[in-house]
Parts: sequence; C-alpha cells; structure tokens
Amino acid sequence: MSANIHAHGRDTAPAHATFRGYMTGFALSVILTAVPFWLVMSGVISSKQATAAIILGFAVVQIIVHMIYFLHMDAKSEGGWSMMALIFSLILVVIVLTGSLWVMYNLDTNMMPGMHDMSEMP
Amino acid sequence: MSMPTTAMATTDSGTAPVFHLAEEHVHAEGSSTMLGFWIYLMSDCLIFAILFAVYGVLGANYAAGPAPKDLFELPLVAVNTSMLLLSSITYGFAILAMQNGRIGQTQFWLAITAVFGLGFVGIELHEFAGMIHDGATPSRSAFLSSFFTLVGTHGLHVSCGLIWMATLMVQVAKHGLVEANRRRLMCLSMFWHFLDVIWIGVFTFVYLMGMLR
Repeated sequence: MSANIHAHGRDTAPAHATFRGYMTGFALSVILTAVPFWLVMSGVISSKQATAAIILGFAVVQIIVHMIYFLHMDAKSEGGWSMMALIFSLILVVIVLTGSLWVMYNLDTNMMPGMHDMSEMP
Repeated sequence: MSMPTTAMATTDSGTAPVFHLAEEHVHAEGSSTMLGFWIYLMSDCLIFAILFAVYGVLGANYAAGPAPKDLFELPLVAVNTSMLLLSSITYGFAILAMQNGRIGQTQFWLAITAVFGLGFVGIELHEFAGMIHDGATPSRSAFLSSFFTLVGTHGLHVSCGLIWMATLMVQVAKHGLVEANRRRLMCLSMFWHFLDVIWIGVFTFVYLMGMLR
C-alpha cells in the first residue's frame, strides 16, 4: 500500500518554479510583446503582409516562452501525459483553424462573386 | 501496479487465473488533479480555437459598419496587455512565496495580481462601453459579433479567475498553506498563465492584425 502511495504521490509544486525562471520568462515576454506593438504602431515595415507574418512569428515564440517559463511545461511533467494532451490539442487547433479559414475563404471567393470587396479578405 | 497480482494469479496452477485487479491501488489525494486540470485547460483551448476560427472567418465582414481601424486604440490595448503580463509575473511571485511557506507574502502577491487583473477587466469594460456607445454593438456586424464573443469570453475567464483568486485568499487566510490550498493555488496558476497565453493570440490576431487591414 505505502509503496503505491509513493508511486502516485508527488509534490504539488513543480520543483523548477524559480525566481530566475519567472524573471527570464517575464523579460522575454516584455520584449516579444513590445516589438510587435512597436512594429504595428510605428509602421516601420511598409509591407503589411510582412509585418503580419513577423508579429505572428513573435506570438508563436511568446506562447512557447509562456509555456516553458510560466506553465512549466516539459516532456517529463505528469509522466509525459501533459505534453501528450498538449500535442493532441494543438493538432486539433491547427485542424480547426486552418480548416475553417481555408474552407470559408474558398467558399467566399468561389460562390459569392461581386458581393465582397476582395481587399477585405482575411 | 496490477502486474504482480495478475502474474501471481496466472502462475498459480491450482486456481483459475484472475484477470482483474484484486484491489484498487491507492491514489494519493490530489495526485491526479494537476493533470486533470491541464486537460480541462486544453478543452478550454479548443473553445478559444473555435472562437478564433469564427473571428478569422467573419472578422472582415463589416456590413458597412466600423472596421478595426475605426475602433481599436492600440495604446489602450498595450496598457491592457502589460496589465495581464504584470499579473502573470506577480502570480509567479505568489507561487514562489507559497513554496517558501510564507503566508503573508503569498497573500500580498495574490492581492497585487488581483489588482492587475481588475485593471485588465476594467480597461476592457471601458473599451467595450466606448465601442457600444459609438454604436459598435455586437449586433452591428459579423465582425463585431465575433469580436465581442472572442474577447468577451476571454474577459469572462479572467473575471472567473479573479473570483477564484478572492476565494483562495480567504481559504489561505483561514487554513494557511495546507496541501489542499497549495494544490488549488497551483491550479489557479495554470489557469492564470493559460489566460495570458490566450491573450497573446487575441492581441496579435485581433488587435494588431486588425490594425494592419
């Protein structure tokens, strides 16, 4: 019995929640937030597509930073099941997002000619 | 954990083999809470993914109404974003104080986090009120419907997190940093940081890319 408790029991707080970790995550997030806002507000890059692509890239990096430093994600937590749940959800999210945008964009362009200003397409 | 029982049963030639668990193995209280809460957060993530998809599809249908450029004030969004970011780091400090077993410090940082959270919700409500006052209501266009649904759902989550935070502060004040309270604080930590992750998507996809249209 007691061996089973030991096998299953664990510290609630992850061991790697450190001041250093939180400060690193915070510093990175501030940079990764400030740069996209600055890019859009100042309009340094004249191409809007390029700006959009860059800020999306920054968002992806910032999400990973938050996952690692604030949510303490790694492949080992909960015996790997947290990571499995995350990967599964990400696959679903990608299918939902790309699928919806792709299908609806095609419907919009192919089935409703003249009703939409093409420049308004997402 | 069941292997010894079944292995014993099959090698025991005298009796029929037993293929079920003779006794349920013991789960320490709360040992699976963190994983369970993580799976809840992932399902919440799917809700937001769907709302993002809706916004992505409908976000350009203004129905001759106001567009993002007419409505969004990026400086206000920047202040809002920093509120949420600051509340994330102060919640981190609360967790560190909790790990060191300091009740006073934990309560202090939780209170600071709640102030930033309230600031976030306040600014968002102020923004919504301004938009609605200008006639940009959720029923004005598909863009505004999806905008209010997505950003409003996030704001509702933050508000629920604030209620949870107040509850936990009362719990910690009454019972101290007992194991159950530590577990609850860790769950709220995940919830809070998760909302910050969603907000990264909101300010990038809705506000910044909206201004680029």
